[in-house]
Amino acid sequence: MDKAELKEVKLLATKIRKDVMEMLRHRGYGHLGGSLSIVELMAVLYGKVLHVDPKNPQMEDRDMVVLSKGHCGPAWYSALAEKGYFEKEKLMTLNDGGTMLPSHPDRTKTPGVDMTTGSLGQGTSSAAGIAYGQRLKGSKRFTYLIVGDGELNEGQCWEAFMFIAAKKLSNCIVFIDNNKRQLDGYTADVLYPFDYAEKMKAFGFNLVQTVKGDDIEAIYEAILKAQNNTDGANCIILDTIKGQGVKFFEELKDNHSVKFSTDELKKAADDAIAELAKEIEEEER
Amino acid sequence: MFKLTQDRNAKGTPLAKVVMQTLNDVMDHDDKVVFLEADLAGASNSRLIEKAHPDRFIQMGIAEANMVGTAAGLSVEGFKPFIHTFGPFASRRVYDQIYLSGAYAHNTVNVYGSDPGFTVAANGGTHTTFEDVALYRAMPTAVICDGADAVQTEWIVREFAKLKGVHYLRANRKDVRNIYEPGSTFELGKGNVVKEGKDVLIITAGQLLADALDAAERLEEEGISAEVVDMFTIKPLDVDLVLSEAKGKKAIVSFENHSIIGGLGSAVAEVLAENTVAVPFRRIGVKDQFGQVGTADWLQKEFGLTADDLIATVKELLK
Repeated sequence: MDKAELKEVKLLATKIRKDVMEMLRHRGYGHLGGSLSIVELMAVLYGKVLHVDPKNPQMEDRDMVVLSKGHCGPAWYSALAEKGYFEKEKLMTLNDGGTMLPSHPDRTKTPGVDMTTGSLGQGTSSAAGIAYGQRLKGSKRFTYLIVGDGELNEGQCWEAFMFIAAKKLSNCIVFIDNNKRQLDGYTADVLYPFDYAEKMKAFGFNLVQTVKGDDIEAIYEAILKAQNNTDGANCIILDTIKGQGVKFFEELKDNHSVKFSTDELKKAADDAIAELAKEIEEEER
Repeated sequence: MFKLTQDRNAKGTPLAKVVMQTLNDVMDHDDKVVFLEADLAGASNSRLIEKAHPDRFIQMGIAEANMVGTAAGLSVEGFKPFIHTFGPFASRRVYDQIYLSGAYAHNTVNVYGSDPGFTVAANGGTHTTFEDVALYRAMPTAVICDGADAVQTEWIVREFAKLKGVHYLRANRKDVRNIYEPGSTFELGKGNVVKEGKDVLIITAGQLLADALDAAERLEEEGISAEVVDMFTIKPLDVDLVLSEAKGKKAIVSFENHSIIGGLGSAVAEVLAENTVAVPFRRIGVKDQFGQVGTADWLQKEFGLTADDLIATVKELLK
């Protein structure tokens, strides 16, 4: 990734982050922490990696994305809107009755959303099936599966990981968003997870990389490496912060789902939006 | 059009074999059809698919939830997946997966849940499903079929392969008595009047159809004219047929290898009640009980699902 590309992806990340904040602030509540922790990943995927066409979301033989941690739809919607899958104004319809942007992704409602998710764990198997289908068709495309660390409490994830590894579905690149927190608190307190990298290796993934989840270049390099590992299963663990990129919300104790109910929270969101707008202005200069 | 067999005491090809042979044939002609098995190929006859179509036979291991989700993902990629496991695991165990990754997401997943109800025999209570129909009935858009014999089961598999959506086939793995002549065709969502009659209406599905016809013939000998409907598509229910055939009857009985809660009997009861059909009515089925182990014949008796039970109920209603 050259300097100009890095600048472009970074700008996309900032825009996605601002969109997420604006959507949730407008709505008054939402899954803030986990949406923000995957912003850089979304920016790398949609800014640099994916073979897709926003004007033709159903394009034959495209790369596929499955956001198994479906409650973080706002981050995905923002990336899709920024790439032109639909008008940015639609973002403010999140969770409205009849909206095309429901709290959890729905493949029947949103252009660019290839799989419906929300019941945690299920997206892992769907992604495995999509990747298997790509392979059956002789496609060289990839399926990018995004799983939450808290989501790994679900047994279905591990069934899917066994399958992905056993069938050597190298085209299914698994991202674990290790933001260390889930609804009830720290993952380490809720259900101690032990070592994700060791677990994935033990499940048969032959390339397990851990990168800082806000490091655009590192995420990109890891994806390139995974794409070239065609004889096994690929996992990229993103070392992220829940609420990533907005200090106030990183430090907020319960940041899984935030309700902007107090003046302090409203101001924090407004300040963040203003700050991000300023950053975008500077980055675009 | 269907034609009834001349010899209802003869049994056909075991139904699991019928499903797999038919599917194998469908796969010969349609490269979008894939088959997923959860470590039951040795029990379901799907080894023949594994041999003939090794690329599209997907061994999932004992992981039914992942099997359903993987099938849904294959559907996203344009494939038409069929999956098999025992009835309870094809319904109870994977309900949320079938519901969300399948039906809700508008994906195609064709499910063969084998050995429903008392046909579980030696696998016993843990492997019994008396509630699979109730579960699938509550799932929007899902289609439910109960195969009465080999001919009908083959037709159902071929029909499912043409359609999009979630389809559930419940059928014994073993051989069952013949009802239909080979070459018979059916219509999804349309029941068949397999025996006409004027006193009592018996609505049934699956292999109990043979027992219902036995009962109807014996009732006839006693001067009771019984009509028998094969409601092989339990959902969507053929409401028009229920209402047209209910007309003028002195009694109506549903007869199913399933709980009386949520199954065919419930579906028929809803139609009758909502259309103010005031005729004596009984649901014959499993009365809010768990399954248990035994031979299929013993279990059929134990749960009150024999021709004798049906006859006794009809007589009681006509008293």
